[in-house]
Amino acid sequence: MRIGIVCPYSWDVPGGVQFHIRDLAEHLIALGHEVSVLAPADDETPLPRYVVSAGRAVPVPYNGSVARLNFGFLSAARVRRWLHDGTFDVIHIHEPASPSLGLLTCWAAQGPIVATFHTSNPRSRAMIAAYPILQAALEKISARIAVSEYARRTLVEHLGGDAVVIPNGVDVDFFAGAEPRPEWGTPAAERDTGGTIGFIGRIDEPRKGLPVLMRALPSILRARPDARLLVAGRGDEEEAVAALPAGMRERVEFLGMVSDEDKARLLRSVDLYVAPNTGGESFGIILVEAMSAGAPVLGSDLDAFVQVLDRGAAGEIFANEDAEALAGAAVRLLGDPARRAELRERGSAHVRRFDWSTVGADILAVYETVTDGAASVATDDRPGLRQRFGLARS
Amino acid sequence: MTPTLIWIAVALFAIGLYLSWTAGRLDRLHARIDATRAALDAQLLRRASVAQELATSGVLDPAASIVLYEAAHAARQAEEEHREVAESELSQALRAVFGDAPQVEAVREAPGGVAAAEELAQAVRRVPMARRFHNDAVRAARALRRHRKVRWFRLAGHAPFPLAFEMDDEPPEALADRATG
Repeated sequence: MRIGIVCPYSWDVPGGVQFHIRDLAEHLIALGHEVSVLAPADDETPLPRYVVSAGRAVPVPYNGSVARLNFGFLSAARVRRWLHDGTFDVIHIHEPASPSLGLLTCWAAQGPIVATFHTSNPRSRAMIAAYPILQAALEKISARIAVSEYARRTLVEHLGGDAVVIPNGVDVDFFAGAEPRPEWGTPAAERDTGGTIGFIGRIDEPRKGLPVLMRALPSILRARPDARLLVAGRGDEEEAVAALPAGMRERVEFLGMVSDEDKARLLRSVDLYVAPNTGGESFGIILVEAMSAGAPVLGSDLDAFVQVLDRGAAGEIFANEDAEALAGAAVRLLGDPARRAELRERGSAHVRRFDWSTVGADILAVYETVTDGAASVATDDRPGLRQRFGLARS
Repeated sequence: MTPTLIWIAVALFAIGLYLSWTAGRLDRLHARIDATRAALDAQLLRRASVAQELATSGVLDPAASIVLYEAAHAARQAEEEHREVAESELSQALRAVFGDAPQVEAVREAPGGVAAAEELAQAVRRVPMARRFHNDAVRAARALRRHRKVRWFRLAGHAPFPLAFEMDDEPPEALADRATG
């Protein structure tokens, strides 16, 4: 099958959607499909063979933060050329409602179009105001995918219609097979008084919840003085520990940005992975990665997390932003190896449904459903003014 | 006098253009409904065929075979107005027969059973998928067709008012469980 995938965000900036598209494209290519990804990228950025640049994204203020988006005449022309050259059987647009490449492609294409909605920001005013503009473009989408039940609900509330839920994919075996690193684990002598807690995410992004974990840390250390916290992610390390009493700061170790391999090894090594995110998550891929690596997970009770953790069956849940609840649950789990082993086992079984073999098959099933009995994708050459009035010379 | 006439002409022209564009939108939506309906038909037919094959294969016990065969046969032969009921009954029969994991295991153990079980699992997963896509297209078309401009100017022509396909498409639990998949 010839598949065209549209990525709305810059390929050179790391992000959840970009990684998802990269993994999906590579999974489909490995299955023997022809895949081309259209993504914003600087012209000098080295790109994988299957990525076509749609030009540089322009930073503009949008939806409360500065987003790098593609729009305008030049981008539209590149989209048309990509569609024309690609002769795809199906195109798969990510985030079609953001004013970037996805929306441009919706305008320019006709034929089987699949769209994945990643974000689930409740009450996005921009989306409601833009409804009449969006509607004409979104009508062309033949199949909608939401990454979680929560994302689907947002989609139904804001845009109407319906979508199938297909979660984001994770290469489970990559995480399950990683080699633990002894220095990131707990030494045998400290098993009863310590424990290693892991956290991965931007340090300076309050949404990721590190401040909540920092508020919980003193109580955890009072109960288990040898416990350590390993933090992987970018941001100001001194500012992050500023609220902690001086004596406790050495119990927090910053690893900075880590590679995918080290991330997997970190998750394999820790006794407990804590996800204290306070909001803005529509899926929670990091929880799936942690469970794949066999780390017991303790997450906040965001809708998306509760769903990924199978309502508490595959991982423990604490009340969002409640540092005391987090500390209590963490201390209990660190002191209960049997419960941790149980969570490990349940988590490993639960994540199988997020493996690319399952997720990829579901996405392909969607492609096949929409291409059944439909023509291939083409540029939407709607009759121009002259043709409409029968004046065009054909 | 003349400027007024020119303005009226310009306004009429703009309105005509807008209506023509809306008619194009509606036409595309109707085409989408036809395509999604064809896809749904294909998936329903596929599901009924796989069910019938399994029913006649001798892997299942005679009672289950008869129940499944009856439902699959009825679904395939149903007239358009009874289709939704017949397909829902096939869903119920599939749930009744393949409700327990051991029954699915038994099918897998039979010669060629792994492929048959996989085909059935795919079919019961794709029916709800195709139905959602179809009903989504129907909803979009209905929303546009209810609009004043479409009703007043009869932009929909003689196309019948689109109807959603309502049925019970809940897959059997033992086949839908992806944890082992």
